[in-house]
Amino acid sequence: MAMTLKREGFAAILHDRLIPIGTVALAIMLLWYIFTVVLNAPFERDQAERAGTQITTSQLISNTMAQKRPILPAPHQVAVEIWETTVNKNITSKRSLVYHTWVTLSSTLLGFALGTGLGVLLAVGIVHSRVLDKSLMPWIITSQTIPILAIAPMVIVVLNAVGISGLLPKAVISMYLSFFPIAVGMVKGLRSPEVMHLDLMHTYNASRLNVFWKLRWPASVPFLFTSMKVAVAISLVGAIVGELPTGASAGLGARLLSGSYYGQTIQIWSALIAAAVLAAILVLVIDLIGRSVTRRMGVIT
Amino acid sequence: MSWILGALIFWIAAWTINQWLSVQTIKNNALQQTVNILIPVLFGAALLVLWEGVCRGFNIPTVLLPPPSMIWARISSSTDILWADFRQTYLKAVIAGFVMGCGSGFVAAIIVDRIPFLRKGLLPIGNLVAALPIVGMAPIMVMWFGFDWESKAAVVVIMTFFPMLVNTVAGLAASGHIERDLMHTYGSSYWQTLFKLRLPAAMPFIFNALKINSTLALIGAIVAEFFGTPIVGMGFRISTEVGRMNVDMVWAEIFIAALAGSLSYGLLALLERAVTFWHPSYRKR
Repeated sequence: MAMTLKREGFAAILHDRLIPIGTVALAIMLLWYIFTVVLNAPFERDQAERAGTQITTSQLISNTMAQKRPILPAPHQVAVEIWETTVNKNITSKRSLVYHTWVTLSSTLLGFALGTGLGVLLAVGIVHSRVLDKSLMPWIITSQTIPILAIAPMVIVVLNAVGISGLLPKAVISMYLSFFPIAVGMVKGLRSPEVMHLDLMHTYNASRLNVFWKLRWPASVPFLFTSMKVAVAISLVGAIVGELPTGASAGLGARLLSGSYYGQTIQIWSALIAAAVLAAILVLVIDLIGRSVTRRMGVIT
Repeated sequence: MSWILGALIFWIAAWTINQWLSVQTIKNNALQQTVNILIPVLFGAALLVLWEGVCRGFNIPTVLLPPPSMIWARISSSTDILWADFRQTYLKAVIAGFVMGCGSGFVAAIIVDRIPFLRKGLLPIGNLVAALPIVGMAPIMVMWFGFDWESKAAVVVIMTFFPMLVNTVAGLAASGHIERDLMHTYGSSYWQTLFKLRLPAAMPFIFNALKINSTLALIGAIVAEFFGTPIVGMGFRISTEVGRMNVDMVWAEIFIAALAGSLSYGLLALLERAVTFWHPSYRKR
C-alpha cells in the first residue's frame, strides 16, 4: 500500500476533500445525464417513428432532456422544478415545496422530540433498575428487528378512528422509530463513567440522584448527540412514510405518492431532493449543536 | 371487570417474580443463562396477558386494537394467504435484493479500498446517502421495474448497498499495522493479505452491516409495496386490509414480518458467532 503524503491546512482540505468529493459528485452527475438519455431515448424514437420522421442524434439527446414525464428527468429539469416550487410560489400555496417540506419537518421534529424524551426515560430506567434492564432490553432490541414501518398505515388509520388526526399520528411513527437509537446510546452513555469516578462519588457520600446529575448525565451527553444524529434522520423517514396512507394531502411523502399516481417523475425527484437536503440539514444542525455543547462542557473531541 | 383484575394480578405476579429473579446471584452458568432468557419471556407474556385483559375488560372495539387471541385465531385460519404474501415479499423481493445489495456493496468496498482517491471521494457521499430517506426511491423503482417483485428488490438493493459499503470499508481498515507488516515480511501479495488477514478482521463490521440490512431490507420491500403491487404481498395486504378495517389481518401480517425479521437477525447472529469465533466478545472466558 502506498503511503499518502501528509498535507496541511488548505492544501489538505483541497486534496483530501474538495477534489475527490467533487470528482465523484461530477461523475455521478455525468452518469445521471447519460442515463437520462439512455432511458428516455426509446420514447423519443417511438414518437419519431409514429410521426414518420427521421430524428438526428443531437435532436434526440436534447429531446430526452425536455420531456414532460420522463422516465428519468435530467438534473437541470429537477433543479428548475425545485426553483419554481420554492422561490416562484407563495409559501402557503399547496403547490409550494416549502409548504410540503414544512409539514413533514414539523411532524419530524415533534416525533423526534417525543422519541428523544422516551428514549432518555427508558435509558434512565434501564440503568437504575436491574429488572427493567433484564426484562425490557431484550425486547427493545427485538423491536428493532421488526419492520416497524409496516405498522405506519395502521397507526394512522387507527388514531384517525379515535379522532386524533393531523400532526400527532405521523409524529408517533417518527417517535417509534427514533426512540431506539436514543435509548441504546443513552444506556451506553449513562454507563460510561468509570468505576473510579463512581467510587469517588461514593466516597463523597453522594446519593443516587447526585450521581445521576453530577456524573452520569454529563458523561452521557456526547453519546446522546451521536445517537440523536441517527435518530433525526430515521424520524424523517418515519414522517415521510407516515404521510403515505393519509391520502396524499400534504407533506413530502404525499408529494411522492401523488407523483407516482400521476406519473409526475419530476415532482417525485424534486420531493426526493428536498427530503435529502432536509435530512442533511437536520443532521448537520444536530452535529453543530452537539459540538458546541460538548466544547462548552470541556469534553475534548 | 374480572378480565382487568386477572390481567393486573398476572402482571404484578410476573413483575414480582422478575424482581426476585433479577437480584439472584447464580453461580451456575447454564442456570444463569436460562434465567436471563426467562425474565424477558415472562415480561413479554405479562404484556400479552395485560393486552388481552385490557381489550376484553374495557370492551375496546376490535377495529382499534384486537386482542392477541383474535390475532392468533386469524393467523391460524388464514395461513395460505399469509404464506403467499410471505413468499412474494420475503422469499422473492427481500432475499434477492438483500443478496444483490450486500454483494455489490461488498465488491464496491473492495474497489474503493484499493483506490485511495475513490475512498476520499466516495465515502463522504456514501455516509451522506446512508442518512437519507432512501425509501423515497420506491415510487421511481416501481415505475422503472414494474409492479412485481423486481421493483421491490431494486429498492432493497439501494437501501442495503450503502450501509454495506461504509461498514466494509471501515472493516478493511480495522486490521492493525503490526499484522499488516507481518504479512508484508511473509512476502504475501495483496490478495493473500486481503483473504488471510483483512477480510477476517473486517468480519465483525460486515456482520454488523448484514444485521442492519436484514431489517432495512424488509422495511424497504414492504414500503415499496405501498406504491403498487400485484394483489399479493405483505405490504399490499397491510395497506388494503387497513382500508377495509380488518385490523386483525394487519396484525397477523405484522406478526409474520416480526417473526421473519427476528429469525433472519438471529440466523445472522449465529453465523457471526461461527465466523468470528476469535473475536473477544465471543471467546470463552
